[in-house]
Amino acid sequence: MQRAIKHPDPRPRAESNIVPMAGSDPVRHPNSVAAEVRNLRKTYNAGTPHAHEALKDVDLSIRANEFFTLLGPSGCGKTTLLRILGGFEMLTSGTCRIFGEDVSRLPPEARPVNTVFQQYALFPHMTVRRNIAFGLEMLGKPRAEVESTVERMLDLVHMTDYADRRPDTMSGGQRQRVALARALAPQPKLLLLDEPLSALDLKLRQKMRLELKSLQRETGITFIFVTHDQEEALAMSDRVAVISNGHLQQVGTPEDIYEQPQSRFVADFIGESNLIEAKVAGVTGGEASLDIEGFGKVHAPVAERVEDGQKVWLSIRPERLVLGSGDGQERAKVTDRTYLGNAVEYHLHVGEHALTARSPRGGLRGRQDFAPGDVVSVGFEPGSIKVLLS
Amino acid sequence: MMRAQSTPVRRYAATGSLAMLWALPVILTLAYVLPFAGVTLWSVTRPELGLQNYVRIFTGADFQAIFFRTAWVCLVSTAITIPIAYLLAYYWVMGSGRRSRLVEICIFIPFWISVLVRAFGWVVILRNNGLASDVANAFGLGGLSTGRNVWSVITGMVHFMVPFAVLPMASVMRKIDRRVLLAALGLGCRPLGVFWRIYLPMSLPGVFSALAMTFIFSLGFFVTPMILGGGRVVLTAETVFVQMFQTANWGLGAALGVVLLVAVFAILWLSQRVMRIEQLMSR
Repeated sequence: MQRAIKHPDPRPRAESNIVPMAGSDPVRHPNSVAAEVRNLRKTYNAGTPHAHEALKDVDLSIRANEFFTLLGPSGCGKTTLLRILGGFEMLTSGTCRIFGEDVSRLPPEARPVNTVFQQYALFPHMTVRRNIAFGLEMLGKPRAEVESTVERMLDLVHMTDYADRRPDTMSGGQRQRVALARALAPQPKLLLLDEPLSALDLKLRQKMRLELKSLQRETGITFIFVTHDQEEALAMSDRVAVISNGHLQQVGTPEDIYEQPQSRFVADFIGESNLIEAKVAGVTGGEASLDIEGFGKVHAPVAERVEDGQKVWLSIRPERLVLGSGDGQERAKVTDRTYLGNAVEYHLHVGEHALTARSPRGGLRGRQDFAPGDVVSVGFEPGSIKVLLS
Repeated sequence: MMRAQSTPVRRYAATGSLAMLWALPVILTLAYVLPFAGVTLWSVTRPELGLQNYVRIFTGADFQAIFFRTAWVCLVSTAITIPIAYLLAYYWVMGSGRRSRLVEICIFIPFWISVLVRAFGWVVILRNNGLASDVANAFGLGGLSTGRNVWSVITGMVHFMVPFAVLPMASVMRKIDRRVLLAALGLGCRPLGVFWRIYLPMSLPGVFSALAMTFIFSLGFFVTPMILGGGRVVLTAETVFVQMFQTANWGLGAALGVVLLVAVFAILWLSQRVMRIEQLMSR
């Protein structure tokens, strides 16, 4: 299908994407949109009994110079979306624009986009230097410019000492850096990263997080990062899109996503959350009174319209539960206590509900320690209850 | 208790692996080294002691012609086999679903058919006034010579060797990570460029082993040239047979066999060298 489409020579993009590299003053694209998808659908094996809808009507707009993360469990469609942006997968319907240009029908080699693949996908028969030079050579850059850019990229990812080695003699972290340098060298307008840290061990992953973030800031290139690791997403991103089952669940800053989840899925997937069923028992001035069976009434703000008697879900983070004793309000029983090093986790039973509370250790903020079997009172920090309708 | 049990077991296992270890050299010695030593001995003792058989081989115009013809037929058939096999291997590995399976069947069916049957099959097709000349006539290529000639021999040899050449290339191609190809596309390389710059270099080790295998195979071809050449295209292997069993010139036949084997080892050694150089070059 691709072969039949005449696509413009990819070379002109060399002139059109003047995104400066480290050391120079980044030209920002204020308020401009780097990538935009509208009504995007992707169905695999359409029309067969094996048809699978990987993306269902996704609308998303990614700003220029943004570190944007697509977050979701495996098989949720996040990688499919990335591959559609990269041109490695054809969309079934909808539009896909990159810096205003409709790229839906452009093959990967004609898009101003580069990709860092999960297993790096370095060229095994070329040295590090030639790997990095590849994209520049494809753009037909003069030799001197290729060489100087390669040197700069080697320096940027701290791989100058390995320039003449081949990828198969290097560690995962080193290959990762080479893959980054190779993708950044042609100065793409958009860099797509497909779970690039998942093959690294924990320490290296944490180090690379910081490096990636600062690389993004230095180059000013828009990064679209795919991961299933919510910690990674929160730590690096300017904005996060949570995807589940082919649907876009929520888009927002890490703080938004964590503090203001809009669905049970997001509340549960990002960090940990106590999800409790409750009934609406009256609304006054944007605040609802909510009845939790076996516990009593609590109050929380509601943004959407709710009716009396409506069933809703409450999401409360474990660290925002306050346990106490001696106030005559003890209604919860501690069933288990888990020591986590930097905190202690208590598993509680309140009526029919199982709750988890996490408390920094050492009686901080006057919190006491409890043992399994203790009966305690449970309170919620002000503003900690989030009412979810779905 | 454990020790008492494990010791005999270990001794049994040790005896077993020792027996295996000894069996291989013994079999090799009995089946290859001794007969070959005998053949080598013949080559310098029959009909009398001396190197006259080798002198005869390297100075006689008739033998030189046979060697030259063998080398030429081998080179040409290898040169035709490798590109065909490369394409087949490519479609087999990279093709999707039905196409890949079709190629697979085409590769494996010849394996199940005897060389003899295949050679006679080609005789039927290529003989004078056979299918091939009919087709050639239909396209107005009247004078195309078919029948017992060197091109029939090469056709038969290529047909025999293609499946063998596919296997080493396909096994190397199978190991090529498709994401590497996607990465090249993503970096602005056109599909044809991806093939030349990435796929072909990465599959070269397979091409080299297929090259060495095909050439060595073709050096020893016996049945196919005999049937399709019909005595007009005599190659080295057939000459050995003729010397041994028709003219009863045992010493000369043996010397030819030794020369052939030395040539095979020389090619193996050379292909190893080339592969090592290729690896160094691509650094």
